[in-house]
Amino acid sequence: MENSVLIRTVNLTKIYPSGEQPITALRDVNLVFQAGEFAGLVGPSGSGKTTLLNIVGSLDVPTSGSVEVLGEKIETLSHKKAARLRNRHIGFIFQTFNLLPVYTVYENVEFPLLLLGMTAAARRKAVRDALAWVGLSDREHSRPAQLSGGQSQRVAIARAVVKKPDLVLADEPTANLDADNSHHILHTMEDINRDLGTTFLFSTHDAKVIAHLRRKITLVDGRVTADEARTT
Amino acid sequence: MIIPKLAFRNLIGNGAKTWLNALVLSFSFVAIIWGQSLFEGMDREMSKVTIDQEAGGGQYWAGAYDPYDPATIDDAPAAIPADLAADAAAGRAAPILIVSATIYPKGRMFPALLKGVDPDQAVLKLPFDRLLGGDGEIPGLIGARTAKSTGLAKGDTVTVRWRDASGTFDAADVVVVDVFQTQVQTVDSGLIWVPLETLQAMTGRPGRATVVTVPVGPAPRSYPGWGFQGYDVLLKDIKSFVQAKSLGFSIFYVTLMALALLAIFNTQILSIWHRRREIGMLIALGMPRGRVIALFTLEGALLSILAAAVGAVYGLPLLIYMSKHGWVLPAGQADSFGLALDKALYPAYSTGLVFGTILLVLAATTIVSFLPTRKIVTLKPTDALKGKWS
Repeated sequence: MENSVLIRTVNLTKIYPSGEQPITALRDVNLVFQAGEFAGLVGPSGSGKTTLLNIVGSLDVPTSGSVEVLGEKIETLSHKKAARLRNRHIGFIFQTFNLLPVYTVYENVEFPLLLLGMTAAARRKAVRDALAWVGLSDREHSRPAQLSGGQSQRVAIARAVVKKPDLVLADEPTANLDADNSHHILHTMEDINRDLGTTFLFSTHDAKVIAHLRRKITLVDGRVTADEARTT
Repeated sequence: MIIPKLAFRNLIGNGAKTWLNALVLSFSFVAIIWGQSLFEGMDREMSKVTIDQEAGGGQYWAGAYDPYDPATIDDAPAAIPADLAADAAAGRAAPILIVSATIYPKGRMFPALLKGVDPDQAVLKLPFDRLLGGDGEIPGLIGARTAKSTGLAKGDTVTVRWRDASGTFDAADVVVVDVFQTQVQTVDSGLIWVPLETLQAMTGRPGRATVVTVPVGPAPRSYPGWGFQGYDVLLKDIKSFVQAKSLGFSIFYVTLMALALLAIFNTQILSIWHRRREIGMLIALGMPRGRVIALFTLEGALLSILAAAVGAVYGLPLLIYMSKHGWVLPAGQADSFGLALDKALYPAYSTGLVFGTILLVLAATTIVSFLPTRKIVTLKPTDALKGKWS
């Protein structure tokens, strides 16, 4: 089982300097995630969920402790190596979708593949597959401004999974969506997790998301207060 | 190839903002090319006509001759070197004897120069063949400016007084056989052209000349007592004039260019500010910061290429029209410069000028596009994704 460990944090602490009173976002967090998990970090605002997600996604570095993702020590990665790790192995889904506004749906989903240097034919197939997974095959020529919130988030999911990453980090993915869209998206992500074996790690305080999680880690004031395996 | 592709997509995707910037920048392109082409055309035209009618392929000056020092004129004439005399006999050189004189048209008195030239010479493109023939009278050829200032016309007779080689004053009547038109003021104003042998005989200077003009081509040779003058001397006034005018005009397009670059710089700063979430997203998707900087810089650089295309749409017809019809100078202005200006300026578009301008604008645009992007290096992706600027 040791071989399937995807993420390991050891005494992970993150402190943000903020005038005379530094803010401790994470305190001695020790977690291990296996490949294929569908797990979530839950907790109130300011509990450190997004910070942990950002560090695991190599967008930020710990103040102390260690984080290993796919065998790479995040705290020692250069900007370039961190970019390569994200490019090849990690997909991101954000609360605000963060689609590139001047690109079409197709181009947004294609973007990570361009960075990977895939051939045009391979990109076309992968993009069409990803759009089919999220049910947006008929909107590939639309621009983000022409999409609803649910559709935009589905494009963001397609963009996150199009390169078939090992890990997808989803930060409050349903926060801007209504109940129907939230359920639709969560089912889509569950399908991808099951069919492709992609590991999903959520940051959320949305009950709808929590209901779908197979593992729930509760963070309060930067500390892990509970780590529960669940059956859904 | 991904960066150029993305930069192009972003640029076109920005819509009206991109086209407006490209339009403003295109004014710089067209203004620089138009302005510089006018001066290049002016330089070419003035140089060509001066070479055709005065400078030839260069001139040998008798040692003491200085066209800017009237005191040297009468003392300068020297024996034409044998080689040059042989060339002149074969039409490959045009010796000119210059003598200061006074003319008395209609009872008035004017200082003038008598210039003796072989009517059969083939070096200079002026109608000197009109000096051939004559019935014992001294034929004289004058330019339209001299005709206007002295009131002389074809067929008139004018009394001319000069000093011969021994310092004795002499006088004779010269018949104006023709009046010619020319742009080159220095072969016209205050000059009377007469046959070389006649002037040599009038002044007691047989076989002598002040200047020997040679055709374009042969390498300069060395003759004792004579010095060769190339275009650096003979066209110096033209080059200085064009350079001075060009520099003056450059203030206009440097200002225009500065405004366009300021607009691009400002747009780039605003663009980076507005697109900070996008920058964060690009970094999150695995684009290294260097490539993000390259992307934004290239977007700016591509703007100058787009501006060149926009400029071509309205600039090409304008520039082609200008090259056909020229820029007509106000009446009398061409002569007021004292140089061989035509009545209209015809622009000349060289490959160097067009590509030089494109490269100049491209380089300037790339630099001003790059400067604001350095901020991206210090940007935290986590802040950028939240729309913050760290």
